[in-house]
Amino acid sequence: MLAHLASFAWDAPSVDLHALAPEIVVAATLVVVLVIDAFTGEEQRWAASSVAGIGLLVALVPVATLAYDGATRVMFGGGYVVDDYALVLKALFLLSGYVVVLLSTNYIAEGDYWEGEYYQLLLASVLGMMVMASARDLISIFVALELLSIPAYMLAAWRKRDLKSDEAGVKYYLMGVFASAVMLYGMSVIYGYTGSTLLAEIAPRIGELVTSEPIITLGIVFVLIGFGFKVSAVPFHTWAPDTYEGAPTPVTAFLAVASKAAGFVALLNLIYVGFWGRHDVYEPLMWVLAALTMTIGNLIALRQTNVVRMLAYSGIAQAGYILAPLAIAGSSPEAADQALHSIVVYLLIYAAMNLGAFAVVMAVARKTRSAEIDTFGGLFSYAPGLTVAMSLFLFSLAGVPPAAGWFAKIGIFQALASAGDTSGYVLAVVVAVNSVIAFAYYGRLMRVMWMDDVPDGDTTPIRVPTSITAALVITAAVTLVIGVVPGVLTHFTDPINLLALGR
Amino acid sequence: MDTSNLDIAYLALSAILFGLGGFGLLVRRNPLVMIMCVELMLNAVNLTFVTFGRMLDDISGQVIVFFVLVVAAAEVVVGLGLVVAMARRRPGATADDLRLLRG
Repeated sequence: MLAHLASFAWDAPSVDLHALAPEIVVAATLVVVLVIDAFTGEEQRWAASSVAGIGLLVALVPVATLAYDGATRVMFGGGYVVDDYALVLKALFLLSGYVVVLLSTNYIAEGDYWEGEYYQLLLASVLGMMVMASARDLISIFVALELLSIPAYMLAAWRKRDLKSDEAGVKYYLMGVFASAVMLYGMSVIYGYTGSTLLAEIAPRIGELVTSEPIITLGIVFVLIGFGFKVSAVPFHTWAPDTYEGAPTPVTAFLAVASKAAGFVALLNLIYVGFWGRHDVYEPLMWVLAALTMTIGNLIALRQTNVVRMLAYSGIAQAGYILAPLAIAGSSPEAADQALHSIVVYLLIYAAMNLGAFAVVMAVARKTRSAEIDTFGGLFSYAPGLTVAMSLFLFSLAGVPPAAGWFAKIGIFQALASAGDTSGYVLAVVVAVNSVIAFAYYGRLMRVMWMDDVPDGDTTPIRVPTSITAALVITAAVTLVIGVVPGVLTHFTDPINLLALGR
Repeated sequence: MDTSNLDIAYLALSAILFGLGGFGLLVRRNPLVMIMCVELMLNAVNLTFVTFGRMLDDISGQVIVFFVLVVAAAEVVVGLGLVVAMARRRPGATADDLRLLRG
């Protein structure tokens, strides 16, 4: 009897507090922000943004010590892994969260909406992204996805007395939960046929089921499509432009950069660790999604008149470039390695250049109260600094050296060529054609800024608040330094390896 | 996998529920009904997980259901809040009326 009971003895899973320290710091900051909001008066509300920003920076310290330590830490039977890959992406999420806090400070303080809750939701979403970077289990991927999405729905509808913001929130919510339901159904099928939720255990079994269980293909497709919504891949992109235009601009920057990156991180985890053996399923799917996403995103971006909407469609097109290497990832281990590195590098550079572009739009909108392209006319005559910064970010998005974008795009081409088959080369041509199309609308905005006349003749200089200046300096410095010395970035991304865990 | 007719029936039922929810979400235009359709889809997923857990004789199928239930509850709270915020500004609005933002 006793022996029987002893066999049921429950031993607690070993928890590596050092590995979880970044998440713990963010969670603690979240609580502090909540307490500040509850126990201070109106005049101390600014403290929330400072505490949130400092908390995000402090969380970088354990990320740095873990990276210095270098060991891969595996917890919960392989469900939660802290390795070089996860750490690089956690640093990305923390830094882009910090830049979004900088962008939000004045915007939120000057509106008549709540401050404490805003930063609390932002931190919760960043926490979900950090968990996503480490999640190697279907359940933890699902929980991380919801932890990052649910606060984002509320953030999108933050200006709740504004019809556009409400509409943005409702559209984002309905599409988001539909995508999670589809993804969950796919997960249930995968669980049912492999008998496990651990990606590392799914990987070997999923390969054996190729011929015996065709329905597993449906499960994989459903899961990948669920994340297709998150990264706004065409034809699942319909929410993105509306939500981006209606949501408060700092939230748009957050959704366009951090939230999208989190979707790609989930796709990488799933494909590289879990579905690796089924490249007959994910390669064609990703090929079609990538080609559609970049082409349609760019073509619609051409006829936009609002800068935020144009950046939204440009972001959709960029998502197409980032999806492209996944279309050849399964052809050989070398190609997979190239594809993984090119995607992570692209995500890091994309975050810097896109956040920077949004920072300029916000600074200009403080004066003109509009984001229409026409209102940028003659920007150079009264805000030369902002014009130069915006041109840098647009050059980067278009892939023109010395801004960082060229390095990201070269990586995509190298990855596509490394497969050495027709599908890779054809997709590389599609990327090249699209880069040319994209230059048309980036170039049009630049022409308006440098050449056109000021629409209403008002050439009083723009007063840029300190926090937005700081965000601009950070993003511009990152964009320039990586563009000139890419080694700064590859030093961190070169050790990344995901395949070793799956097999 | 040891399958019985009852298990297959449950799987078929959950597939039908999931299809109904998805179909409802696409054709119905009342935001509240759309949220209910999503709930139907999530509950179909729960039924699938429980059935697979039983077929595999594996407890984790039931554990997942708890996670899905809790997350679905949180999602509905947010969704209803968003719909209420919208309904205050635009009483009686359907999903088709949400077209301030387009292009």
